[in-house]
Amino acid sequence: MRMLSIDTSTYCLSAALTEDRERIAEITTNIKKNHSLRLQPAVRTLMEETGWKMKDLEAVGVTAGPGSYTGVRIGVTSAKSYAWALDIPLYAVSSLELLSYSGRGFHGLVCPFLDARRGRVFTGLYAYDDGHMQQVEEDRNTSMEDWLERLQREEKPILFVSPDADVFRSTICGALPEAFFTERGDYHPGVSMIRYAVERQEPVDTHAFVPNYTRLAEAEAKWREQYGN
Amino acid sequence: MGEIMTTSLILAVETSCDETAAAVIQNGNEIRSSVIASQMESHQRFGGVVPEVASRHHVEQITLVMEQALAEADVSPDDLDAVAVTEGPGLVGALLVGISAVKAAAFAWDLPVLPVHHIAGHIYANHLVEELTFPLMALVVSGGHTELIYMEDHHSYEKLGETRDDAVGEAYDKVARTIGLPYPGGPEIDKLAGTAEPELALPRAWLEEGSLDFSFSGLKSAVINTLHNAEQKGRTVDPAVLAASFQEAVCDVLVTKTMQALEQRPVRQLVVAGGVAANQGLRAGLEEAAAGQEWKLSIPPLALCTDNAAMIGAAAHQQWLKGQKADDRLNGMPGLPLPLTSSS
Ligand SMILES: [Zn+2]
Repeated sequence: MRMLSIDTSTYCLSAALTEDRERIAEITTNIKKNHSLRLQPAVRTLMEETGWKMKDLEAVGVTAGPGSYTGVRIGVTSAKSYAWALDIPLYAVSSLELLSYSGRGFHGLVCPFLDARRGRVFTGLYAYDDGHMQQVEEDRNTSMEDWLERLQREEKPILFVSPDADVFRSTICGALPEAFFTERGDYHPGVSMIRYAVERQEPVDTHAFVPNYTRLAEAEAKWREQYGN
Repeated sequence: MGEIMTTSLILAVETSCDETAAAVIQNGNEIRSSVIASQMESHQRFGGVVPEVASRHHVEQITLVMEQALAEADVSPDDLDAVAVTEGPGLVGALLVGISAVKAAAFAWDLPVLPVHHIAGHIYANHLVEELTFPLMALVVSGGHTELIYMEDHHSYEKLGETRDDAVGEAYDKVARTIGLPYPGGPEIDKLAGTAEPELALPRAWLEEGSLDFSFSGLKSAVINTLHNAEQKGRTVDPAVLAASFQEAVCDVLVTKTMQALEQRPVRQLVVAGGVAANQGLRAGLEEAAAGQEWKLSIPPLALCTDNAAMIGAAAHQQWLKGQKADDRLNGMPGLPLPLTSSS
């Protein structure tokens, strides 16, 4: 299956072409520049380099979030539009699951996380058994304090994978002195890793698909607090 | 006849605020389809458009709306010449949804992307009703704009005047909130104003002699003060009278300044554009002023005054004729200025 995959949920931009289990081409850049300026040029470069045509594609893969609201929206909207315009299936994978692939050789638990401000994180817990991913805890938006309390109950070593590792490094090490971290700036495994995830999933409904923000818009949350759902 | 291509079929998308819209426009003036998914109900709860909520709704609707526009026009992507999208101004997160969707679809179909200025779109809404005749004057009145723009030709804009504080639609919404009318307040005031006489004397900001600029913040404050003073004295003000008086003051300034602009720059057509062009008071005032004049007054029908994608397709056609297309790096431009030929 010839697939175009994109991830714009963090500052990293990653776009890849894969065919079945093979990675054909991949572009990953880690710079603080708007994804709207970077995504389409990257996709064009991939097509030009490989000589693939858009109409040869058989699937589109995307990270569904959580992450930067705007970043995730650019990726999800673009992916929906590629899939719709080409009439091919759309596969969606958690952006945290994608990050967790950075730890697929790690013997223990993998905790990808993203800074969600004010002491909160988007996070989840994953494990790799012989390369097979297992989700130990679902993706969520939680305070890092609560999350570390939960993680302290784990016996296995934990590898933290995050672009925002430095923000929480001392907090994490305070609670879990044995914590492991990926090398600085080396947290992103490249979006071509999605090819493994889509093997065990069904495509999503392209029109109805929306990002997994893991939290309500602030105004919406306040409104619901006041008036209920 | 030469070989120059002048016929076009354009899929246009507009997501600058709280409407997810797509349309198929033929030759810049024929609406093959125009689809609008409105989020108004969602934002009504908050008393105004919440940007993050708007962006989320756009993602829910965007491909559906594009598909419906193609289906209703009975057009397949192979028939299209280009895909157009609002580049700005507007809410950046909202703009980015339309832009991302259009860039991806256009690349998938190997079509050019035409980036359109939202206000140019409002002006070109008139082109869907009758051909724009140049030179023309455009009075642009909306929640974000109050401008007098002179156009020598297609996509040539010269700004003669603009608001120095609130946009007229913004003033309407704020006054409506003060009176206790639901959001969006503009149409509510308009409705209420039609039921009473403008008995209250409210100020008009004419600014310096000869200035074509506008100011509505003083008027807005006067309305608020009138209510407060009455309240302190234990009296009530009839909201309908207040609405009528406010509306009269606004329309007086808009019409008078527009006439002054037309004296400075004779034109063949006066075009009214933007959401506030739907206002009955303004329509009546301008129609009265236009009687017996050499120029022609054009106000689009209500459905084309508010945000829609048909107007974006109409404006895009002229860009398509000139070969003005966007590159892959097209970005949402929340404060995008009109490409002015010169400014005074
Ligand atoms: Zn508008």
